[in-house]
Amino acid sequence: MDFSLIFTSALREAFGTQAAYYALLVIGLNVHYGYTGLLNFGQAGFAMVGAYGVGIMVTWAGWSLWAALPMGLVGGLLFALLLGLPTLRLRGDYFAITTIAASEILRRVIRSSWASDVTGGTSGLGDVAPEFTRLNPFDGRVKLVGQWSYFGSDVWSGLWTWAVVLLVTLLVWLLMRSPWGRVLRAIREDEDAARSLGKNVVSFKLQSLVLGGMIGSLGGIMLTLQRSSVIDQVFEPRTTFFAYAALILGGAATTFGPIIGSMLFWFLFTASTQFLREMARQGWMPGFLESSDSTGTLVLAMVGLLIVLLTVFRPQGVFGDRQELLLDG
Amino acid sequence: MAARQVTRLLTTLVLTALLTLGVAVAALAEGEGFAGTLMAGEDPIPGAEVVVRDADGNEVGRATSAEDGSWAVITDSTGQYQVELLTDTLPDGVELTDASPIRDVRLTIGGLQLQIRYDFDEAVVGASTGDKLVQNLFSGLKTGLIIAIAAVGLSLIFGTTGLINFAHGELVTFGAVTAWFLNTAGLELPIVLAVLGAVIIGGAFGGLQEWGMFARLRKRRVSGFQFLTVTIGLSLLYQSTLRLWFGNSFEDYVIEQRPPLEIGPILTPPKDVVVMVLALLVLLGVAAMLQLTRMGKAMRAVADNRDLAEASGIDVSRVILMVWVLGGSLATVGGVFQGITGNVHYLNGFKLLLLMFAAIILGGLGSAYGAIVGGIAVGITSEVSVVWVSSELKEVWALLILIGVLLVRPQGILGRAERLG
Repeated sequence: MDFSLIFTSALREAFGTQAAYYALLVIGLNVHYGYTGLLNFGQAGFAMVGAYGVGIMVTWAGWSLWAALPMGLVGGLLFALLLGLPTLRLRGDYFAITTIAASEILRRVIRSSWASDVTGGTSGLGDVAPEFTRLNPFDGRVKLVGQWSYFGSDVWSGLWTWAVVLLVTLLVWLLMRSPWGRVLRAIREDEDAARSLGKNVVSFKLQSLVLGGMIGSLGGIMLTLQRSSVIDQVFEPRTTFFAYAALILGGAATTFGPIIGSMLFWFLFTASTQFLREMARQGWMPGFLESSDSTGTLVLAMVGLLIVLLTVFRPQGVFGDRQELLLDG
Repeated sequence: MAARQVTRLLTTLVLTALLTLGVAVAALAEGEGFAGTLMAGEDPIPGAEVVVRDADGNEVGRATSAEDGSWAVITDSTGQYQVELLTDTLPDGVELTDASPIRDVRLTIGGLQLQIRYDFDEAVVGASTGDKLVQNLFSGLKTGLIIAIAAVGLSLIFGTTGLINFAHGELVTFGAVTAWFLNTAGLELPIVLAVLGAVIIGGAFGGLQEWGMFARLRKRRVSGFQFLTVTIGLSLLYQSTLRLWFGNSFEDYVIEQRPPLEIGPILTPPKDVVVMVLALLVLLGVAAMLQLTRMGKAMRAVADNRDLAEASGIDVSRVILMVWVLGGSLATVGGVFQGITGNVHYLNGFKLLLLMFAAIILGGLGSAYGAIVGGIAVGITSEVSVVWVSSELKEVWALLILIGVLLVRPQGILGRAERLG
């Protein structure tokens, strides 16, 4: 069993573009769940409207990539308003149901042949970001330590995405220590108390939904720059569940929790996938778990179990503060 | 004992309705791959294209259906494949009944051409709008009854415990898959016995979740948010476990295939009619149980006002346990009916979950009758929309209903208005 190979591939994922993309989704979720107490189960949908906003403007409307990038954010804004206006006046459960339903149904509309002239249907959109790829100064493989290396194109997209992650983290940190952020926390702690102090709770919740959702859309935009293509399967509800796992792992309502959570999540995810595959290769797994498809599914089951166990036994995550998170829906 | 009554009711009904069995046959031919015959009722569909892709999404082969509707794609190796029927290439007026034209299938046996079945809305071919409307009302009622049965438990669990169970779809799949295993692998029980066994196991699984987990979590004073996240995690855990157990294929129960029935403009397999009659009887049984038995009254009382029910001497934890058992059994019935009228797949329940959510919000969260009314309304709306709009979008209407209801009447049709913040 080659442990150094498992370790380096896990490290590669933990610092890769994928983890940075998830960090953006998780920062958005942290604004919703950690700071405001909104249970958004449709974060994948926000990333999806970000990605398709850019993709459709480039391939269908024929815009240049740079002009199309802000349209991803506009997509996130519109989706947040569509979701928030009917549901935020109601109890949290209605909001949770609507978010997951809306993002999944929107995904099915996008992949339908009815919309395929615009969205590319099940084959998605290709050749979206050639301008970004052309600017890439790194070629070949960039070696870090030992076997830990990246393709030049991944270094290029990874650097940008991590830079965006840091900027957004700074922005959220500043916002959350402002009076505005304190109102959000007050709503999370006791909505009625915030209302009795004259705060317009619904309006603040909507602002929080828009902010966190647009950060999620930014994730979708960065993913589109990396892949230069958009496909709906990336935005299945599973993506949102992974983001929740990462958020709870890193600690909700903390500044660096989302970043640490995403890196830790992808480290663990890759390490266990590789470890199980290696086990299967050595013939140490029972027959029905031998294929790479079934080891992958087993890892998904472990993610589910991780979410359950962390939520019940350590809701504050690895670094969080338990007092911050005794929320009630 | 709620579950036992439902089970007893179901036994008598299923036994009288279904008696015979048949065996599904796969066609043996040279070279492994996929084959099928595209038929809309009695009419073959020529000129439709089917594409086969491998696990990495690369095209392996494509075929155009012949004059008799038959097609075949040889892949020359076993493995995981995706078969897609290109719906654009179907003749006008022919609509796929199945939700998705894409099938993820695993070829395991060399030399075998796996039969891929696509179902079409048969009577729709060349029919007038009026006839289409009747046919789709019929299939909408069928879908609606299935949604209603599965959603009653979801709504009652919310009503009695305040928990939105995102893993309820997996209860549906668990029941359907359990019935499939009892029906085919190893035991080869007749479908009736297999379903009954699955209903008991499904009810026990529901009860076990409450007894082993949720009751304990409530004692730990876990917050409402944590409960939702727990059920999301459970959904992922169960879904993946079901996939490991059942695989990623579409399977059928062993039921004798009979020629379709023609009732006026409606053309339907007889098994669908049986399912609808049974579904109606199950729902009537549930209503009778809720209305007439002590346990049923207690369930409604707890759902209505938990504290008041407790104060008047109702053993609330026992009622909640029974609600879970009932929910698990009914989810199983819904899952099996879904599998009989379509096919069994590990994501069936998760796909149904969104429709169940729309149903219980439309009907009124927490009300059993609301779930029934809402389920039927959602089923009919989505199927009838197919008369005018592409069938790929039929579930979108359910969501639009959901959002519309939240805007206009958030308490739903049968719910009671309360201040929500």
